[in-house]
Amino acid sequence: MTPGGESEEHNRSHRDARARIAFDWLIPSDVREIEPIVEQVTKECRVLALSARQCALNVPVALTEALSNAILRGNRGIRDKHVRVRAMVSDSSLVLEVADEGAGFDLDACTVDPTSPGNIEREDGRGLFLMRSLMDRVERFDDDARNVVRLTLHRS
Amino acid sequence: MSFSIKKQGEICVVDVEGQLIVGNRQELKQKVLDELEKGEKKFLIDFSQTGYIDSSGLGVLVSLSKKIREQGGELRLANLNDDLKTLFELTKLDTLFQIADTRERALESF
Repeated sequence: MTPGGESEEHNRSHRDARARIAFDWLIPSDVREIEPIVEQVTKECRVLALSARQCALNVPVALTEALSNAILRGNRGIRDKHVRVRAMVSDSSLVLEVADEGAGFDLDACTVDPTSPGNIEREDGRGLFLMRSLMDRVERFDDDARNVVRLTLHRS
Repeated sequence: MSFSIKKQGEICVVDVEGQLIVGNRQELKQKVLDELEKGEKKFLIDFSQTGYIDSSGLGVLVSLSKKIREQGGELRLANLNDDLKTLFELTKLDTLFQIADTRERALESF
């Protein structure tokens, strides 16, 4: 192997170590799809040696919320509409992206404080709050006519 | 995932096996409401075999708590692991529910 080849191989390996796509799935809008997807992601998190709490609480709950929102709100439960789920992993973090075919929403405006006395007995309104509490960063943006929610969790 | 209800004296004990999430929360709600309609008043939900709970699962627990209270009944929760306790603390639902460390303590608390 030429020195140049070694260098290229080294650089590629280095890039792969920094960030790689762990999976990229397209699922129909059906809440029954959520549990198997979350199970797969959780397994991947264990392989990546994320902490026990991140594997058992942060990732499954936040991802379930993002998928649930995408399926029921973004795609309004229309099975023919799809949700794309991607995970990028690196030495320092896990990034999950959930994209639906909806119009998107204002993350700040839609996040309510479910712990306030007026909201504590509400049945709904905890999803975005939990996502933001359990992840290090939650972003929403439009990408190629898709509404994307990106969840970032740093290794603890 | 599954939910089973057993009578222990005059208390309905519900075991939540697996996840309590958007895809199955209605099943739990309906099972408890059916018992409430039959006249049962005391309910204990045991989470010793539960994986995780999402916001809609928490919402169903809040809804059941209200409905049981409206019928003059009582609801206790038991056996939350540390991760589930954190979830209840984050949402301050630990202030809304009576939570016991063990099933036995929950049964004694009625």
